[in-house]
Amino acid sequence: MTWQPTASIEQLKKRSQWLKDLRAFFYARSVMEVDTPILSSAATPDLHLRSLKTSVQVPGIKDKQPYFLHTSPEYPMKRLLCAGSGDIFYLGKVFRDGDLSARHQVEFTLLEWYRLGFDLTEIMAETATLIQLVIGPKPTQMLSYEQAFRQYAGVSSIHVATAEECRQCLARHQIPEVIGVDKDDKVLWEQLILTEVIEPLLGQNAITYLFHYPARDAALAEISKENPQVALRFEVFVEGMELANGYQELQDSDGYRDRFEASLSDRIAHGAEPVPVDNYLLDALKEKGLPECSGVALGVDRLFMLAAKHKNIESVIPFGLGNA
Amino acid sequence: MATVSTSEFKNGLKFLMDGQPCTIVDNQLVQPGKGQAFNRVKFRNLITGRVLENTFKSGEKVEAADVMDTELQYLYSDGDFWHFMDPATFEQYQAGEAAVADVQKWLIEQDICTVTLWNGDPISVLPPKQVILEVTETDPGLKGDTAGTGGKPATLSTGAVVQVPLFIQIGEKVICNTQTGEYVSRAK
Repeated sequence: MTWQPTASIEQLKKRSQWLKDLRAFFYARSVMEVDTPILSSAATPDLHLRSLKTSVQVPGIKDKQPYFLHTSPEYPMKRLLCAGSGDIFYLGKVFRDGDLSARHQVEFTLLEWYRLGFDLTEIMAETATLIQLVIGPKPTQMLSYEQAFRQYAGVSSIHVATAEECRQCLARHQIPEVIGVDKDDKVLWEQLILTEVIEPLLGQNAITYLFHYPARDAALAEISKENPQVALRFEVFVEGMELANGYQELQDSDGYRDRFEASLSDRIAHGAEPVPVDNYLLDALKEKGLPECSGVALGVDRLFMLAAKHKNIESVIPFGLGNA
Repeated sequence: MATVSTSEFKNGLKFLMDGQPCTIVDNQLVQPGKGQAFNRVKFRNLITGRVLENTFKSGEKVEAADVMDTELQYLYSDGDFWHFMDPATFEQYQAGEAAVADVQKWLIEQDICTVTLWNGDPISVLPPKQVILEVTETDPGLKGDTAGTGGKPATLSTGAVVQVPLFIQIGEKVICNTQTGEYVSRAK
């Protein structure tokens, strides 16, 4: 590795302009920029997100105190929403450990924003406008999770399909043998169809929205009132790459507590270290409540990869982890 | 036996798959925003040479394979085994037919070869990139054809058959590329 930047100076000039454009997009809509803390005494309990940990010498306390680097600004942003901030956005670094590849860096730039009174359809429309601002005009395609399985994988109704049917689907699509997954683990076989068969086909010459994820993948999204099997959650794909993830936000404070607890038991069941839950968020939700809103988190470096037609994330950021 | 977790996967890592030593040629981590992470892995079976592909759930463990490449001198063949020696320690190794099947015809006594050892036994042999061999059989070429416009098969002292220019005669020495199996030039 050399001292030189991983992106060209030319590319970094474009990056600077795009960052400015993204901020201008929100300022023009009276959405306030918030730079919430990167350090937090709590961490996300999500089993599949790994928070980096550090320790802080707090004056007056003998032992260094553990703090986590945020994986997204979601919790403090929701506390701001509870406190009456109105529409807000965050544009800055987040950290997710253990992943380094052409599309991932451990440290990456995330854009997250919340819009009061927006439902899923409205926030999806705004997301498309924002994406097109950077990558240019592209048609949008709306696809429910169930439709995507039918159209791209030939599974007629994924919510009731068996593990065996999912495995047959993978075999039909010549997906290489999978090692370490239980024969009956339907959720994982279903996930493999999604990542190995469907996702690479999404967003070809379009901005594709996949919405109505199964309720178990709701994370902190509201469950649909019309169909309790599905969550009001969407992801955006362009050229087979996941670009953004949005929810119509769960409001019920007990719901947050329940989902945090479920995630924590999941961690324990899988032998992952438990993490402290954000009680400040739970207090805010209980005392003031979250206004009706929708929010999106968007991978900014990936957006710039698409705009620049680069296949490697390092080509659009000043330095990768390899020579950071 | 030592185990290796998917988080340590990288190109060149040697591991056992169905009891056979393999080396990773491509490793891609798939980490969706939600759900379990997987590794898409391409690996070469070091015995058959075939490249295979598997998807490993992240966190899975495989058994490490004790595989190493070493420079050994080829001594001779007794018909059943091909014998090699470490020129530094004089330690001898015998390779079975499977290990030398593809390269037998390029093995010349005294040449230094790259031998892959698994648990101390040779499983594959890579001869030097170029070898010099004598032509033992070929049709007489046309007199005066030195431009090498045509070609003809020639059998070499190890039994290898290569296409050579028409002017090459029995008894001459030629340089061959062992990786492409092609004639390179006349040996001086």
